[in-house]
Order: sequence, then structure tokens, then C-alpha cells
Amino acid sequence: MRCRRCRGAAVIEVRRHNAAFCGDCFERHVREQVKRAIRDHAMLEPDDRVLVAVSGGKDSLGLWDLLLGLGYRASGLYLGLGIGEYSTRSGDVVRAFAGERGAELIEVDLRRDYGYDIPTAGRKGSRSTCAVCGLSKRYVFNRAALEGGFDVVATGHNLDDEAATLLGNTLRWQTEYIARQFPVLAEREGMVRKVKPLYRLSELETAAYAFIRGIEYVVEECPLVAGNTQLRYKEVMNALEATSVGTKTQFLLGYVERAAPLFRDGDGPPVELTPCERCGQPTTARFCAFCRARAQVLGERLGPAERDPGTERQTAEEMSSEVLPAELYGAGRAG
Amino acid sequence: MKVRLRNPDREVEVAGPRTVRDVLADLGINPDTVLVIRGRALVTREERLSDGDDIEIRPVISGGSGPGGTARPPEGSP
Repeated sequence: MRCRRCRGAAVIEVRRHNAAFCGDCFERHVREQVKRAIRDHAMLEPDDRVLVAVSGGKDSLGLWDLLLGLGYRASGLYLGLGIGEYSTRSGDVVRAFAGERGAELIEVDLRRDYGYDIPTAGRKGSRSTCAVCGLSKRYVFNRAALEGGFDVVATGHNLDDEAATLLGNTLRWQTEYIARQFPVLAEREGMVRKVKPLYRLSELETAAYAFIRGIEYVVEECPLVAGNTQLRYKEVMNALEATSVGTKTQFLLGYVERAAPLFRDGDGPPVELTPCERCGQPTTARFCAFCRARAQVLGERLGPAERDPGTERQTAEEMSSEVLPAELYGAGRAG
Repeated sequence: MKVRLRNPDREVEVAGPRTVRDVLADLGINPDTVLVIRGRALVTREERLSDGDDIEIRPVISGGSGPGGTARPPEGSP
């Protein structure tokens, strides 16, 4: 099998592009896809301070490597989840990556900084382990970016992640969530911009990129992720892809390029946000979902009448289960 | 040849010579879901593997977080 660009020996085949590449030409292919994603959606300005959410997995470390290589001012944010040896290994890998490149790494530890870890939260809280993990990540990403003066948070969501998310939301016709699934989410008061520069690349491509670049990443699965529904959606999409090459790409990129505006137009006025009375982060309720979850896990009371189902937009926050691929924070497989 | 599988880690012996495509088919593995590594290099599915090769089959699929793993939080979600 020959490289499509240089005719040298190929090491990786990308069937949806009907192409194979040697290592050097594959790196170029990946960079071009990321540059196109950034350009098409005005994700990043040259002078932006970018905070890359890194887990120790292939996607997030690959993204950090790509952004540094493209000349962006990209720092890493690692969130310690307290998942035993798995988190220890993830942290070690991230620190080694940052050290080798002389890149800034910010570390937040849930146990040290917020008083709980993910296994404990899964046992004591009302949310599933994966749900409280996702909630914790979203909160810490945004807060750390604001406090650090960053312009944007970049996450390692790839094409497979996004296609699986879109499939799940479509199967349930969760139009409010579909409307907000996009490669870039603009900044709002108290919310930094969020971008997904890898959304045009499959998991096979991001894994191959990390390997070819010699990036050491955590391959092991999170011990807590068994039975995750997103994995089942990925299996369905991969089964379709096996017999109909390009299905995932058509599904996701077709949505991004043609269908997304239809959902946004019908989404109604923006949700009004106010500061959480505990932490000051934006929320639709008196206390944000993170503070409510944390208080539950720690056995604390946030205050009298802390829940008012009649006025609180509970559903939006409680039902949210942002799919930061578990890979991102060591809560997933092959990350 | 020795074939190392991951998640969970295990090792199986597969007779060669055979193509990567055939080895994956026998193991019931979708080629789009794994990297196939011989020694320290990636190989494509057309590559022929020999009895003496050390092979790693490394999954590329990352798990998701969240019940259902599908919902997108509104912008107001912290």
C-alpha cells in the first residue's frame, strides 16, 4: 500500500478518504484537518491564550501537540479525578509531556481542591459516576480558564465522539442539546469560548497521530466506564461504517454544515444566567449544578430552600451529561 | 506470531504468514477500531505478518462520560 501523497510505503489507511499515508504525510494530513477546522469556525486567534484540557489520552495530548506545533500559546489543564492507579498514571503521562516540551501545565485536584474524588462522588451522590465526572470537568475547565485569564478552552473531542453524541441526542430528539452541539461555543458572560479542533478527525486518526508523533499516552480504560452508553453508540456507528464507509463523516459534518442552523433557529432566546450564590460561576439556578452535587457528596447544606423546582431550570443542568470523552480526563478507554 | 491485545491486556498466538486483515477478521476485530503495531511501527491491513513478528493490537475507542453519554449541556451549565 502506497502513500497517496509521496508514493512511499504507507503506514496508515484512512478509508473514508480512500487514502493511505506514510508517517510524514499523515502528520501533514492531520495538521491540515485541524487548521481547516480552526479556520472554518474561527476557533482561535493567533494571540489567544488557549487552555487545553488534557487527560493523558491520545486525543487531548495529540491536540496539545498540534496546537503547540501550529504556534498557538497553549497551556495544559489536568484535573486529578482520584481514580486510583489510573489517575496516577494519567497525571504522570501529562507531566512528562509538558516537561519534555517546556509547556505550562495547570493542575487541579478534585480531592485537594474540592474535597472529593470521583469514586466517592459516584457512591455518595445521586448522579452516576460518569455524570458527576462530566459535571466536574465542565466546571473546572471553565473556572480555571476564567481565573487564569485564558481566552478559550480547547478539548480533544474527535469525529467519533461527536458523531456518537449526535446520534444519542437524535435518537431522543433532544433538540435543545442538538442545537448546542457545534465545534465552537461562543463566550458569554462568565463562560469562556470552547472549541473542538479535532472534530474532523476520527479516533483512528487521532490515535495514529499520537503514535507516529511518539506521544506516550494512557491506553488503559478507566475502570469506572464499563457500560457507558456512548460506547454503545460508537459501536453502532462503527458497524455502519464497516459496511458503508463515510457514514460517520456524512452524519456529523452534514449536521455541522447543513443542519445545525435549523436547530439553532428554533432554539428560542438565550437562557438567562446568574452567578451561583456559592461559587459565582454562571448558572440558571440559585446554586450551580456543581455546587449542588458537591454539597450532596460532602453532606453539606447550601442554604434554606436551595431547590425550587418551580422556577429552576433543573432539567437543563441535571440532565446535562456533557460528553467530554472520558478519554479527556482519564475516565475512558484507550485515552 | 505473538499478538498482544489491550483492555484487558492479554496475549494470543496466531499462525503466520497472514495479512493484518485476516488476523483481525479471525479475532473478530473491526479494522477501523484499532492500531496494529509491529515492533515499533504501524502497519496497514494489507501488510503480511510472519511467525516471528511481535504484534500489538491497540484499541482507539475512547469511552464517554455521562448517563446516556449523549446530552449536550446548555451554555449555562457550569
